[in-house]
Amino acid sequence: MDKKPIIELDEVVIKFSGDSGDGMQLTGTQFSNTSALIGNDVSTFPDYPAEIRAPQGTVGGVSGFQLNFGHKEIYTPGDYADVLVAMNPAALRANLQWVKPGGTIIVDTDSFTDKNIKKAGCEESDPLKSSKFGDFNIIEAPITSLTKESLKDSGLDNKSIVRSKNMFALGIVYWIFTRPLEYTEQFFEHKFKKKPQILEANKLVLRAGYNYANTIEAMPSYRVNPAKIQKGTYRNINGNTATAWGFLAAAEKANMPLFIGSYPITPATEILQELESRKDMGVKAFQAEDEIAGIVSAIGASFAGNMAITTTSGPGLALKTEAIGLAVIAELPLVIVNVQRGGPSTGLPTKTEQSDLLQAVVGRNGEAPVPVIAASTPSNCYNYAFEASKIALEHMTPVILLTDGFLANGTQPWNIVDSKQLPEIKPRFFKGEGEYMPYARDPETFVREWAYPGMKGAEHRIGGLEKMDLTGNVSYVPVNHEVMTNKREEKIDRIVNVIPQQKVEGDADADTLVIGWGGTYGHLLTAVQELREEGHKVALSHFNYIRPLPGNTEDIFKKYKKRLVCEINLGQFAKYLRMIYPQYEYKQFNKVQGLPFTVTELKKNILKLINE
Amino acid sequence: MGQIETKKYTPKDFKSDQEIRWCAGCGDTAILNSVQKAMAQLGHNKEDYAVISGIGCSSRFPYYMNTYGFHGIHGRAGALASGVKIANPKLSVWQITGDGDAMAIGGNHFIHEIRRNIDVNLLLFNNEIYGLTKGQYSPTSKVGQVTKTSPYGNIDNPFNPGELVIGSQGKFFARGVDILLNLNIDIFKLADAHKGTSVVEILQNCVIYNDGSFAHLTGKEFREDRLITLEHGKPMVFGADKNKGLKLKGFDLEVVTIGENGNTIDDIIVHDAKNPDPSLHLKLINMQYPKYPVALGVIRDVDAPSYNDLMDESIKETVAKSKFKCLDDILYSGNTWEVK
Repeated sequence: MDKKPIIELDEVVIKFSGDSGDGMQLTGTQFSNTSALIGNDVSTFPDYPAEIRAPQGTVGGVSGFQLNFGHKEIYTPGDYADVLVAMNPAALRANLQWVKPGGTIIVDTDSFTDKNIKKAGCEESDPLKSSKFGDFNIIEAPITSLTKESLKDSGLDNKSIVRSKNMFALGIVYWIFTRPLEYTEQFFEHKFKKKPQILEANKLVLRAGYNYANTIEAMPSYRVNPAKIQKGTYRNINGNTATAWGFLAAAEKANMPLFIGSYPITPATEILQELESRKDMGVKAFQAEDEIAGIVSAIGASFAGNMAITTTSGPGLALKTEAIGLAVIAELPLVIVNVQRGGPSTGLPTKTEQSDLLQAVVGRNGEAPVPVIAASTPSNCYNYAFEASKIALEHMTPVILLTDGFLANGTQPWNIVDSKQLPEIKPRFFKGEGEYMPYARDPETFVREWAYPGMKGAEHRIGGLEKMDLTGNVSYVPVNHEVMTNKREEKIDRIVNVIPQQKVEGDADADTLVIGWGGTYGHLLTAVQELREEGHKVALSHFNYIRPLPGNTEDIFKKYKKRLVCEINLGQFAKYLRMIYPQYEYKQFNKVQGLPFTVTELKKNILKLINE
Repeated sequence: MGQIETKKYTPKDFKSDQEIRWCAGCGDTAILNSVQKAMAQLGHNKEDYAVISGIGCSSRFPYYMNTYGFHGIHGRAGALASGVKIANPKLSVWQITGDGDAMAIGGNHFIHEIRRNIDVNLLLFNNEIYGLTKGQYSPTSKVGQVTKTSPYGNIDNPFNPGELVIGSQGKFFARGVDILLNLNIDIFKLADAHKGTSVVEILQNCVIYNDGSFAHLTGKEFREDRLITLEHGKPMVFGADKNKGLKLKGFDLEVVTIGENGNTIDDIIVHDAKNPDPSLHLKLINMQYPKYPVALGVIRDVDAPSYNDLMDESIKETVAKSKFKCLDDILYSGNTWEVK
C-alpha cells in the first residue's frame, strides 16, 4: 500500500485533544491499547476538565489524552508531543506550547470557523496561517466533512455521524505509525454488538481516515518496534483499577470478605465503581451518604470481621479525619485510599498534586500514628494496595494509601502479578483459647488480637475513649493514657521491621541524590537516567513507605553530599525529612500547577544542583 | 444463629462488670434494665449481639452490656451500625443513640439509615437536652425552654423524631418511656422481629439538666389519661376507666368518651400498624397533650426488604452468574498479551 520508506523511531509522544465531548479519551485509549498489544511499552496521561461538558469550543473545555510509546522502556507520558491531534481551534491553542519543534499537528480544518476561532480566544483571525506554525508540519484535514462523506449512505443521523469523527483522526494516526486496525475493530465489535449500524459506521470511518492518510502522503510513515520488556503476560491497567484489584487480591489472600464504604469523589470514584462491579466476586460495596459514613461504615465492617477499606480524595480525607482517629484508638484494620488532587478545598478536582502528604502523616487530633504508603506507578497501585491491606490486617491499624490523579487515570502495560506471586496475609485472630484480652499484645509487634461479633466467649467492648491496658475497659488513669499512647506509637514504629529496605538507583558514587515519593517516580527516573546517559553522576532514591520510613534511609542519605527533594507540592516530604533527619540539608524542587513534572524541567534543576 | 430455647439466659448474663456511671435516677439505667431483660428472652446467642453507639450520655450504654459493643464517635452510630450489619447480617445489631447524636450531628446518617431500611434496632433516648455537655438545648428541646445556650428561652423549632422517621420512609416506629419497663420490653421484642430499621423513641428523663420534662405525661396519678398505648389490631382506647378512645372526624383524630354523645366502642379506630400508608401513623405520632394523649407502643410496623438482605441477594445472584471465580480470572480476562 505504502511505497515510501518507513522510518524507525525509539519513542513517540502523541496528544489527542478536542472538546470534552469529542471522544478524545476513547481515541487515546484505543491507540495506547493497540500499541501495547503489538509490544510497545506505553505510558498515558488523560487530562480533562472537571466539567462533564464544559462550554463547547473553549480552551476550558479541552480534553486531552497524551501517550508515550516506545521501543525502549517508557516511564512517563512524555513532556512534549511529536504529534498533536487538534479537533478544534481551542485544542490547538491549549496545546501548541506542548508540541516539539518540528512536530506534526493534525487539525480538523472544518472546525476552524470564524466562530470557533473567536471562541477559542485566538489572537489571529486564522491561527493556521500564522507564522508561528513555521516550525511544525501541519496536516490540514477536513475531518468532519470527510467523516460525513464516508457515512452519507449509512442511514445514521447527522449527530451520530459527526460523533464518529474521532475515529477518522485515529485512522490517520494509525497509518502514520503503521499500526494495525484490528484491535480497535475488535473493540467496536464488542462495544456495539447490539448496534450493528454504529459498529459498521465506526469501522468505515476508521478505515477512511487510514486510507486518507495513505492517499495524501502528507508525511512519512513511522515504525516504533516492540520494546524489550520482561517476559510475562501483560495487560493495560490504570491506577484506580490496579488499586481496586490489589484489594481483591488482599481479601483473597487473607480469606476474608471485602467491604468498601465510600462516597464518590474525583479522581477516586473509579475504585468504588470497580468494586461495586465486583459484587460478582462477593465484594460488599456500600455507597454511603457521605465521606464520614463511608469510613465509619468501613470501621463497623472491620469491627464485624471484614477486610474494610474506604476510598477518597483530599477534601474527603479531611472529612474522614475524626474517624481515622477512632480506628487508631480502637486498633482496627482499615485501609484509607487518598487519590490526591489539587487543593486546598475543592481546588483542582481533575488535576494531580502531592499536597496531602502532611495531612496523611500528621493530620489528626491527639497522638494518632498511622502508617502511610504511596504508590509510584499506575500498575504498582496494585502492589501497594495489597501491601497496605497486609499491614492493616496483620498490625491491627488503619493505613493510608496515597496515590494521585496522575496515577489513577494514567495507564501502562502491566506484567500481571497473580495470586501465586503474592504472599499470605495472616491477621492475628483470637483463637478461642483462654480469656480474651482485647488489648493484650504480641511482645514483638505490639499487635493486639482480633475477636469479632459472632465469636463465642470473646464478647468485649471497644470505642473512642481511652482504654485500660490489656482489658480495654474505659480508663482515665493518667499513667495508663501515657502507656497506651506509647504502645500505639511503638506498634506503628515497629512496622519498619516488616517493610523492605529503601533502594537507590543510579550512581552509588555520585554527590547528588534525587529524592522523590509517590507518583513522580516515572519522571524522576527518566530524568536521572537521561542525565547519566549524558555523562553526569547522579542517583535516585524514591520512597513508597512514608511512615515509617525504611530502616536504612539514614544510611542512604549520609552517603551523598547533596540531596534534592522533588515534589508536586511546596515541599511537604522535605519538611517531614527535616523533622526526622534534621542533620541533613535538603534542597527542594517543587511544582504546583496541577500537572506532573516534565523530564526537561527536572533535568534542568537536578543539573543545577550537580554543578553547584 | 439458631433459635435456641429462650430460657438460656437471664438478664444478669447481659450485665458487664463495669460500674454504671450515669447519674443516680437517670432514665438510662431503667432502659438498660429493660434491654437486658428483653435480650434474655429474645433467643439470639449472646455472641451474636452487637451494641453500637455514638456519643452522649446514652452512648455509654455498650460498656454496661456483656455483649460485643462499640462506642463510636459523635453522630456516627448509624453509619457504624450499618457497616456492622452489612458486614455480618447474622448479627442482632442494636444502635443506641440520643436526640443530639441522631438528629443534630448525626441527622444525615439517621435519615439515610432509615431510608435504606438497614436491619438494626435503633433505640433513640430522647431527653430533649444535651446532658453530657451539661445542659444545652437539643433539636428536640421545646420552644421557650431555658437551657445554658438558650438563657432567654429556646427559639429553635424542634423535631418530632417520629415525624422524621416517616419523612425518611421509615417502616417501624415505636415510642416507649424510660420507666415503663414492661412496655419497653414488649416494644423491643417487636423491634427485634421486624426486619429493617426499627426506630424506638424512648422518652427519657434527665434528672440533672431537664428533670421532669415528661412528668406532665408520666405521673402515676394521670398517666392513664394522658398516654395511649397502641397495639396492632386493638381499638385505640385509653383512660383510667378505659372509656376514652380515638375516632376519625373527617381527616382528623378526635378524642371521644365511649358511652357519651352516642359513641360506642365500634366508633373507635382499630390500630393497624401494618398499613403501608403512613398518614394515620403520622397523625398518631404527632398527637400532643393536652389536645390528645401521647401515643406509645408500636405505631408503625410495615414489612419491606432490608438493604442488607437486598445486598446479600444481589451478591448471591451475581456471584452465581459470574465467570470470575477468583482474582486470577479477572487479571487474565479481556485484552492480555504474552511477551516471550
